[in-house]
Amino acid sequence: MHEMSLAVSIVELVSGKARAAGATKVTAIELEVGKLSGLMPEALAFCFEAAARDTLAQGARLEIREVEGGGRCLACGHAFVLDSLLAQCPQCGGYAVETVQGRELQVVSLTIDEE
Amino acid sequence: MCDSCGCSQPDNSVTIRRAGQNVSGSANHHHAPHHHHDRPVQGRIVEVREAVLGKNDALAAHNREFFKNRRVVALNLVSSPGSGKTTILERTIRALLGEIPMAVIEGDQQTMLDAERIEATGAPVVQVNTGAGCHLDADMVHQALHQMEPAENSLLFIENVGNLVCPAMFDLGEAAKVVIISVTEGEDKPLKYPAMFDAASLCLINKIDLLPHVDFEVARCREYALRVNRRLEFFELSARTGEGMPGWLDWLRSRL
Repeated sequence: MHEMSLAVSIVELVSGKARAAGATKVTAIELEVGKLSGLMPEALAFCFEAAARDTLAQGARLEIREVEGGGRCLACGHAFVLDSLLAQCPQCGGYAVETVQGRELQVVSLTIDEE
Repeated sequence: MCDSCGCSQPDNSVTIRRAGQNVSGSANHHHAPHHHHDRPVQGRIVEVREAVLGKNDALAAHNREFFKNRRVVALNLVSSPGSGKTTILERTIRALLGEIPMAVIEGDQQTMLDAERIEATGAPVVQVNTGAGCHLDADMVHQALHQMEPAENSLLFIENVGNLVCPAMFDLGEAAKVVIISVTEGEDKPLKYPAMFDAASLCLINKIDLLPHVDFEVARCREYALRVNRRLEFFELSARTGEGMPGWLDWLRSRL
């Protein structure tokens, strides 16, 4: 259940940015979450609600944009969609696959009410 | 708020102390004052584009710099609960004592039990109790380093909370993650928890003295782990009997 830790990190990051922007309230948070980041969006949304209590982010809408995993086979160079860290190249069957996309975990933007 | 899992907890639920200390220091998280303004509102989008773990990663980089300057090799030991991390450490410290300076940061949700076991070996140790938290983070390690400064040219073992999931995400500033699996667990653990095996550099397969009594195929476990991480190195050992320890000890010597 590292989602709670991450929810707390998101609230800290968001509160800091919101304060710096002169916000009185954060109404929405746009998040980019890679499908290979090890994060469950539902669990994160659940934890976020609790973590945001009594902060500028309380009640903010969490807009989670999932990023597809992408891999490249180191043996044959084939690029393909990766749905787990444990992937086999669909072209040559090799396991030496480099993850090129899908580990993202970032706050993209905030929507704020300001003074 | 504390970096925690499972529920919200007060700041003082993370405690960091030397073995023998009974007064706990809180994790000293700082809260900037909140400013509330009661003026008319209007929606505006603020571009952020920052990693959620950015603060942890920055603190981990700070720890890494500290280790580099003092030539401290920090190893983050991760595994399920009960794989034998503490027993491996006890045996390792007793074998290398007098040869290499060593220190330990112990992570557990509760108790000083592991710190007491390590202290009995003669190595300096700090216990971090994470409360409800399921992993160590870079800030906890940073604070532990303020309680116990590792010697130059030394090994620092950071024993993470027993958990094969969450610690994979949190960089502590270590030189390498060492994942431990014991033969009383399933050999398919690398397939079930790929993130941890992917993040590790070395895998210790522990409790091999029990192999005659369990259905654990070492070769299959290795094969599964290599599917996840083809660069992973392995040592098979028994921290109880000492079998296989020399390879691991030589690996440690080679890191300094």
